[in-house]
Amino acid sequence: MIDEGLRTELSKQGIFALKLEELYNWGRKNSVWPLQFGLACCAIEMIATSMARYDLARFGAEVFRPSPRQADLMIVAGTVTKKMAPQVIRLYNQMPEPKYVIAMGACAISGGPFKQGYNVLKGIDRYIPVDVHIPGCPPRPEALLHAFMTLQKKIEDQSLTGAQRPRHLDANAPSEFPIPRFGAHDLEPPNNPDVWHPPVAVRTD
Amino acid sequence: METLEQLKSRLEAAVPGARLEIIPNESPSGQRSLLVDANDAVAIAKFLRDAPQLRFDYASNVTGVDWLDAVLKEKLKVKKVVDGVEKEIEETIEKKRAGYLEVVYHLYSMELKHGPVIIRMRTENRGEKVHLPSLTPIWRGCEFQEREIFDLYGVIFDGHPDLRRILMWEGFQDHPMRKDYVEPDDYEYEPTAHDDVLEKAKKHEGQGTVA
Repeated sequence: MIDEGLRTELSKQGIFALKLEELYNWGRKNSVWPLQFGLACCAIEMIATSMARYDLARFGAEVFRPSPRQADLMIVAGTVTKKMAPQVIRLYNQMPEPKYVIAMGACAISGGPFKQGYNVLKGIDRYIPVDVHIPGCPPRPEALLHAFMTLQKKIEDQSLTGAQRPRHLDANAPSEFPIPRFGAHDLEPPNNPDVWHPPVAVRTD
Repeated sequence: METLEQLKSRLEAAVPGARLEIIPNESPSGQRSLLVDANDAVAIAKFLRDAPQLRFDYASNVTGVDWLDAVLKEKLKVKKVVDGVEKEIEETIEKKRAGYLEVVYHLYSMELKHGPVIIRMRTENRGEKVHLPSLTPIWRGCEFQEREIFDLYGVIFDGHPDLRRILMWEGFQDHPMRKDYVEPDDYEYEPTAHDDVLEKAKKHEGQGTVA
């Protein structure tokens, strides 16, 4: 390992000494391109985030791609109805690795105000792995920026080798997730047990 | 605009043999409505739209109501002789009413600037006989709303140009707005459950895993 003081001294002279991993992650975390799609009112806040006042471009994520083939990040912005869920998962499957998901807002993380409705999925994390959850109805643009910075931190901390390496560097890790079918009464299956297990609900009564 | 009674007699004159009934409304709005027999509905709707004094050219809203089988209680005052003295006694009579599905249309006139007139149609029951005539041929705007009622209540509109589900998918078998709809049991994780939801969530207790 290079000495920290030496590294600082070198950087003053315009010489940057770092690990390949750091360079790799630095490049990736500053060019995360989101997929351009929205599902409900959260999408309006997502659009506001990308505009001049909040300026998502500062984080290298201003290029909302209209094709999943060119996108790195899926911002699930809004209510995922059961009728829409297979399409959302299909879009996720069509994105190339490495890919990330931000579940934005109460609906996308849990079903939100429509949780007990007959037609709303109780959180997109039942079918695809979610990296960052943001509560809010809708979350303010600052919250989305915070989620984005959290994701950048997560990318920065990834190690390229070892058991904890990210999914896109693991040949055995899945890149696509099963798309639920429209059943007679509900989506089939109602969740993907490889991705989601019901957490323990803590009751205080 | 004329009163509902006047409208009713005008309709009875225009459509011979039409069976109409005024449904009272006890609520503060007092908006009464006109119950129309399914067989006369198209003729009545056509008259409401075309008659020069009425011109109800705009169906602003179409909705459904699910009425389950019910026992209606009526209070009647009956004179009875009790211990040789005649007294007025209130008696409660119970009546069984078979369930049905109801469709409600709210009509306005853009041309004459009056309304609303509310007409209702009822199906024979909630099981097999759920057919009603579609009023989409009269008011084009009913198309999507009748599709929605078909989807959520299961009323079959005869004469509808494109009767498909609109919110749920093809192959879905239930009608979620019916009062006896049984939803899928996906209450595995309810962190803020209360009342009914809490009861349903308790069945899943102990299944959760520590994240």
